[in-house]
Order: sequence, then C-alpha cells, then structure tokens
Amino acid sequence: MITGIPQSSTFKWTYRAYITLFFIYLALPLVTVCAFAFNDSVFPSMPWDGFTWDWFFGTETPRIGVFHERPILRSIVTSGFVAFWVASLSVLVGTCNAFLFVRHDFPGKSFLYILMLLPLIIPGIILGISILVFSSAIANRLEDATGLWFDGLRPGLILVILGQFSFITTFATLVISARLQKFDPSLEEAALNLGASKWGAIRSITLPFLFPAMAAAAVVAVLMSFENFNTTLMLVGSDAPLTVTMFDRLKLGSTPVLNAVSLLLMLASAALGLLSLVLRR
Amino acid sequence: MSKDGSRLGLILLMAPLLLWLVTLIILPHIGLFVVSLSEKVGVRTYETGFGNYAVFFTEPLYWNTFARTAYMSIMATALTLLIGFPVAYYIAKLTRGRSKTTLFLMCLIPFWVSELVRTFGWMILLRETGVLSSFLQYLGVINGPVEFLYNDFAIMTGLVYTSMLFMVVPLVTTLDSLDDSLIEAGYDLGASSLSILREIIIPHAMPGIVSGCIVVFMLSLGNYLTPILLGGKDSLWFTGLIYSQFITRFNWELGSAFGFLLLGLSSVIVFAALKLTGQSLGKTMGR
Repeated sequence: MITGIPQSSTFKWTYRAYITLFFIYLALPLVTVCAFAFNDSVFPSMPWDGFTWDWFFGTETPRIGVFHERPILRSIVTSGFVAFWVASLSVLVGTCNAFLFVRHDFPGKSFLYILMLLPLIIPGIILGISILVFSSAIANRLEDATGLWFDGLRPGLILVILGQFSFITTFATLVISARLQKFDPSLEEAALNLGASKWGAIRSITLPFLFPAMAAAAVVAVLMSFENFNTTLMLVGSDAPLTVTMFDRLKLGSTPVLNAVSLLLMLASAALGLLSLVLRR
Repeated sequence: MSKDGSRLGLILLMAPLLLWLVTLIILPHIGLFVVSLSEKVGVRTYETGFGNYAVFFTEPLYWNTFARTAYMSIMATALTLLIGFPVAYYIAKLTRGRSKTTLFLMCLIPFWVSELVRTFGWMILLRETGVLSSFLQYLGVINGPVEFLYNDFAIMTGLVYTSMLFMVVPLVTTLDSLDDSLIEAGYDLGASSLSILREIIIPHAMPGIVSGCIVVFMLSLGNYLTPILLGGKDSLWFTGLIYSQFITRFNWELGSAFGFLLLGLSSVIVFAALKLTGQSLGKTMGR
C-alpha cells in the first residue's frame, strides 16, 4: 500500500466499486454456466424452472445426464488420452530444451531461442492448417510411392497430439528453464567430486530438483491440451476430443447437459490448477 | 569430461529441439506457403503463381473481412488494456499480503476453464431468452425479449473477457517491480496524479503493456470460437473464412493463402509494436 499519498475518499470508493464490478464481470459467465446445470428445463436459458440433478444423473431422453451420455464420456476419454501424450512429450522435450538453453553455449543459440518462442505468436489455427497441409502432402507422396495407407498422417488423434505438442512444448520449456536457472551448480559439482558420473549426478541431484517444475509443466500441458480448440479443430478426425464435441453440440443448441459437463470441467481444472500452484512453491 | 563427449551431449540435447521445430513448425509453414502458391487449373493439375493472393485482393468480401478482423482485434486489445490496467495497478500497488494473493488468484480462476465454457456462459447471458434480457424485462427497462447475441458488441465482450488474463498478469508483474518510493517522490515534488501516471508508471510498465498487448492481439486475431459463437453466421471473422475454405469448400490452396496473410498480418503488427516500443521478443515473451 502506498502510504503518504493523499487521495479523496470519492476516488477511493469509485476505484473500489470499479474493482468489484470487474470481478463480477469475471465471475458472471462461470456462475451462470454452473447455475443452469441445475435448471429443470430442456434449454440452458431463462426462465428458471426449479432445481434438478437430471443433467448429471438423468437416464431418459431428453433428460440424459453427463454420466449416462455416451458420446460425451467417450470424448472425455479421448481428451484424456491426447492430454497424456501431449504432457509426456512436451515435458520430455521441454526438459532437454531447458538443459540446452541454460547449460550450453553454442553458435546460433539466440536464434534458436527466438525460434523456440515462435509457436507462442503463431495463431493456433495456422499451426493447425500448416501441420494438416504438410502431413497430407507427405501422406500423398508416400501413398503414391508405396501403395500403402498412412492413416497416421491424416486428420486424427496423432495429428491432434502433434499439433498441441507443437506449441505446448514452448510453455514447458519456459517453466522448466526458469527452475533450472535457480539451480546451484555447485551441488552437481559436489556430486561429481564425490565420484558420481555426469549422468548419475544429473539423475540423483538435478532432476529431483527440477521435478516440481516438470510436474507443474505437465499439469499446465494437460490443462492447455484439454482446453485447446483452434489447433485441434483443424486436425481432428473421427474421434473428437471434448472441446470439439461440445462445440458441435453448442452450434446445434443443446440441453443443459453441457452446463453439467462444464461444471465438472471447472472442478477438475480448479483441482489441477491448485495442484500446479502447490507444486511450483 | 572430454570435449568430444560434451559435443556429443550437446548434439543429443539439441536433437529433440530441432526435430520439434523443423518437423512441426518450419517445414509445415514452408509447405503451407508452397500450397498457397499453387493455383488449381483443372482436375489435379496445378500451376505456380500468386493467383490465390489475387483472389483475396479482388474479392471485397475477403479483404473486408480481413480488415475488419484486424480492426476489431486492435479495438479488443485497447479495451482490454484500458479495463485491465486499473485492476492490475490496484492489485500491484494498493493491496498487500493475503488480499493481494487472493485478488491475483481470483483473476486467474476464470482461465482454468476452457474458452468454450466461458463463451457458453456469455451465450446464456446474452441470448434472447437469456439472463440479461430477462433481468432487464424484470426491471421494466425493456418490454419484450431482446437479442444481445450475434452482434459486434457481443463479439467484443467475449474477446475482452477471454484475453483479460493475458493482459493483467504481465501488468501486475511489471507494476509490482516498480518501487513505491518513486511514485511518492513524484508526489513530493508536486506532480499531479496524471503526470505521475504518464511520466513514472506507464514508462515503467511498458514491457508488461507491450507483452500483454501482443498476446491479446494475437489471441483475438486467431480466435475462432468467440466470434463464431457470439457473432453468429455474420460474424465475418478471418479465421472463419480459413476454416470454411479448408473444411467446407475443400479449397486448401486459397485457405493456405488466407492462412499466410493472417500470419503475415500478425507478425507485422507484433514486430511493429516491438520496434515502436524498443522491446525484444525474447524479453517480452520469454518470461
């Protein structure tokens, strides 16, 4: 608090009112989504028709709840599968990148660093179409040359994983590098002096030190992967992840089952987000 | 450790980075550019040329949409900055300890859920049978239901909402590092609040302002969900054109050209912003 600066009380109260309004603005859509998950009406809109659990546990059409809605459950599993691979790959590559950029000096380092940051400023939809175009071109060439099918290079889960990995790795690299920079190299030197091999020292000293950052990066990667829409939309095949399934439903108009899914998503990501904050301590 | 050994280690460490950047970023973008240069002249026959780009410039719908997307994105960025700056200043300078952490975390919470859910929330609020319309009818401000969805105002609300985090976080970080005594010194020397804002606070917050604006602009420009869902069929957003060329019309050549134009626009504006304010990409993004 900056003390010693005189401010009129009108100004103070206007400022506080503005901040309050801002937080209401932030909360409003989320509160609305959650509230309508319990509305006893087949549309997520006014008027309020009373409280119900149907959109979670309902079994009869049109009141099928999330836990009995097969396509949505399947797309959650798909999203989980994608998120697992994206998180594993991006943490692995991100850790290598962190060691490379923090520990090594080599010609062209700053150029490579800028290149590494580029995925942050490429719009997601462009990443999506560029990977789509490129992989289809390779698939066409390979199929013409060999007469075999290369389904992995056609829109589908592999491309979705690669597309999300292509920009989430940048975030993983930044998170892990930040922690590696704080590492005291003398600890590793001590291990080397005590007869540890280079790799042994890294494995028993440096990696455990990095673990919180790697775990936080993994959590962030899972969250980003679950949320991602733009890149995924361009690369998706027949198995749609959750966001794409929900988008298709939204466009057509849907029952409040979507609100129920959203509420569950919020709870899950709040838990994960808290976990990542705890890990980063 | 021998020199050769560390050389080998360096190469091994660099391999994943290069594999990632070359196969998923560089080559696909070169491929995209090559496809954007091929014109379809017959069944499975193509010619190299700038025909797809010519189509863009001769068809008013396309470049109007392009200009509109750029303009709306710049407006959304400016609005986000205007709305977010006082909030960031409040969090960074006027609160302390626990309440500071709480307020900061409260800013982050909405962004742990997907953009789709946030947009869905705005749809429920703004649609004809939605919360806002019912509330205003209840108050007696309007007589019948009013559709607040499917217009530019709705798009703008959604864009500002969706990018707020990316503005507030860098602003709070840079404002936090500003020494309070500098502001107090300004007051002691008799400066007005406005000149302190202009001479001390804004110059200090510049890196945060630039990185926030770049990210928000990029997110708005490349956004697909918010304009399509909140703007409806006539949202005329450039990413919507790209999507329809790729998925509905199956005209990948024109779609690639559109993609490259969007990439060009965003790069030009990002680099212009960096140059004008004397910042570097590594410094603003690599934090």
